[in-house]
Amino acid sequence: MNPVEIIKRIRDKFSDEVLWFICFRDECSIVVKKEKIKDILSHLKNTPELEFDYLIDLTAVDYLGFREPRFDVVYYLMSIKHKHRIRIKAQVPEQGCCIDSVADLWATANWFERECYDMFGIEFTGHPDLRRILMPEDWNGFPLRKDYPVKSELADKEWGIYKELKESAKAWKENAK
Amino acid sequence: MQNKIKTVKELTVNMGPQHPATHGVLRLVLELEGEVIKKCIPYIGYLHRGVEKLSEDLTYVQSLPITDRMDYLSSMVNNVGFCVAVEKLMGIQIPERAKFIRTIMGEMARICSHLVWIATHALDIGAMTVFLYAMRDREYLLELFEMVTGARLTVSYPRVGGVRCDVNNEFLDKTYKFIEEFPRKVEEYETLIDRNRVWLKRTKGVGVISAEEAINWGLTGPTLRGSGVYYDVRKFFPYDAYDKVDFEVPLGKNGDIYDRYKCRMLEFRQSAKIIKQCIERLPDGSILAENALRIRMPESPLKIDKKDIIFDVYIEDKQIQEFIQKFTEVYASVEAPRGELGFYIVCDNSSKPYRMRVRAPSFVHAGVLPKLCEGSLVADVIANIGSIDIVLGECDR
Repeated sequence: MNPVEIIKRIRDKFSDEVLWFICFRDECSIVVKKEKIKDILSHLKNTPELEFDYLIDLTAVDYLGFREPRFDVVYYLMSIKHKHRIRIKAQVPEQGCCIDSVADLWATANWFERECYDMFGIEFTGHPDLRRILMPEDWNGFPLRKDYPVKSELADKEWGIYKELKESAKAWKENAK
Repeated sequence: MQNKIKTVKELTVNMGPQHPATHGVLRLVLELEGEVIKKCIPYIGYLHRGVEKLSEDLTYVQSLPITDRMDYLSSMVNNVGFCVAVEKLMGIQIPERAKFIRTIMGEMARICSHLVWIATHALDIGAMTVFLYAMRDREYLLELFEMVTGARLTVSYPRVGGVRCDVNNEFLDKTYKFIEEFPRKVEEYETLIDRNRVWLKRTKGVGVISAEEAINWGLTGPTLRGSGVYYDVRKFFPYDAYDKVDFEVPLGKNGDIYDRYKCRMLEFRQSAKIIKQCIERLPDGSILAENALRIRMPESPLKIDKKDIIFDVYIEDKQIQEFIQKFTEVYASVEAPRGELGFYIVCDNSSKPYRMRVRAPSFVHAGVLPKLCEGSLVADVIANIGSIDIVLGECDR
């Protein structure tokens, strides 16, 4: 089915939820509110003409300083039968950073949501096992947020230790001579 | 006769991250009851290098070599995936010759990767000989890579807009010769294991996943096709020269380890077929598009035509309109040896990606391990890990 037709259908069904849509290079994204995201996705999955049975990707984007609901949770769906794809984006604010989990719709969402939580700190309500996945369990902060520093505060300190080590190695070498 | 009361103790076993058969640094915590696995919890992240965060701080050209380090067994396909995504974002049309060269290289990388897979998978299960045969042939291919790109594993050969350097006749002759012989070599591997009773016992009917479940778990590549689902990015959403060559997509039936193995063995032959066609039809011409990305770039190199962005006419809010025009996004995927490798790039019209997301097939496949392992025996864990063919460098990114 043509992506524009899919958008039309979703728009008719969930007219209050859809905010806007964008098409770029033959890919269509629908931006929706986060409250009924699970209804929208299960509608997409279970309607026979749409049949989005495959969740390719689930991730988030941080628009810090550019837009008010700060995060977008991005669902990229595909239908193997109809060979069409669509992107659904749900806006999530910084305060009350949570959205419904879709882990019971697609099993693959389980790990994707864990990664999303790990990297952005977005909580998925109803997720069976929401833990950090890539970072250590006692890690502070969420690395892919835009306000997370690329360079650690410890960087200079570690460098200092390295210098000390180098000097002591040098002294040790001279002593050995 | 004496009645013995058998008590079965529950036992928790930690497998990895330094286990030789986990193909990297994968850690599994297995809860056992006797020898049956009751629960399997995978822990990943030991190889996490923050590829996605790093690339936000690098230009598009600088991000390319990082993609090598994800799936190091088929770095060429990673590069191609990244380039295809950036080309789609910027609307760059690459020359025909470059398309064919990329296809040749991509399929060579697939053969290389599958050779490592058959070698290590068979070694894990107990067939030692295949390892040596497969490594011998892989060595030949790596030398061919070195001839063109100067590197064996981390090639960084494709460029956004084409490829780095042209291939010469010597390379094409040698590759053609290898490819003509290759199907015979695949048969050689098959004679070694296909009728081996141990191999059949350990693969047939083990690690079964049905077609519906495979889709639900988001599997891709040979792991999905082993369950009989027809999905291949090369056929569904063709990139490079895949729409110009003739090949088939091998499908399995039962979704067990044996069918996944069979799928990959058939893919060897299809890859050889693709390379053969590409070399025969390789067109002349340039290898880099005129508007390709160069190393030295001005501050804002992206010229995305505002007309390309179609959005809702009902939006009257100026702020939202500006926002939509500032952030453009694409998702492009390629068929990596392991499955669908996707790059989702959000661009803010600067020389660096605002957000780069890698949809790694190994990450998804590692997630399905509990499903495959629970209820089976400890020894089957190794066979299962081998059959889904994960590379932890790509899984953890």
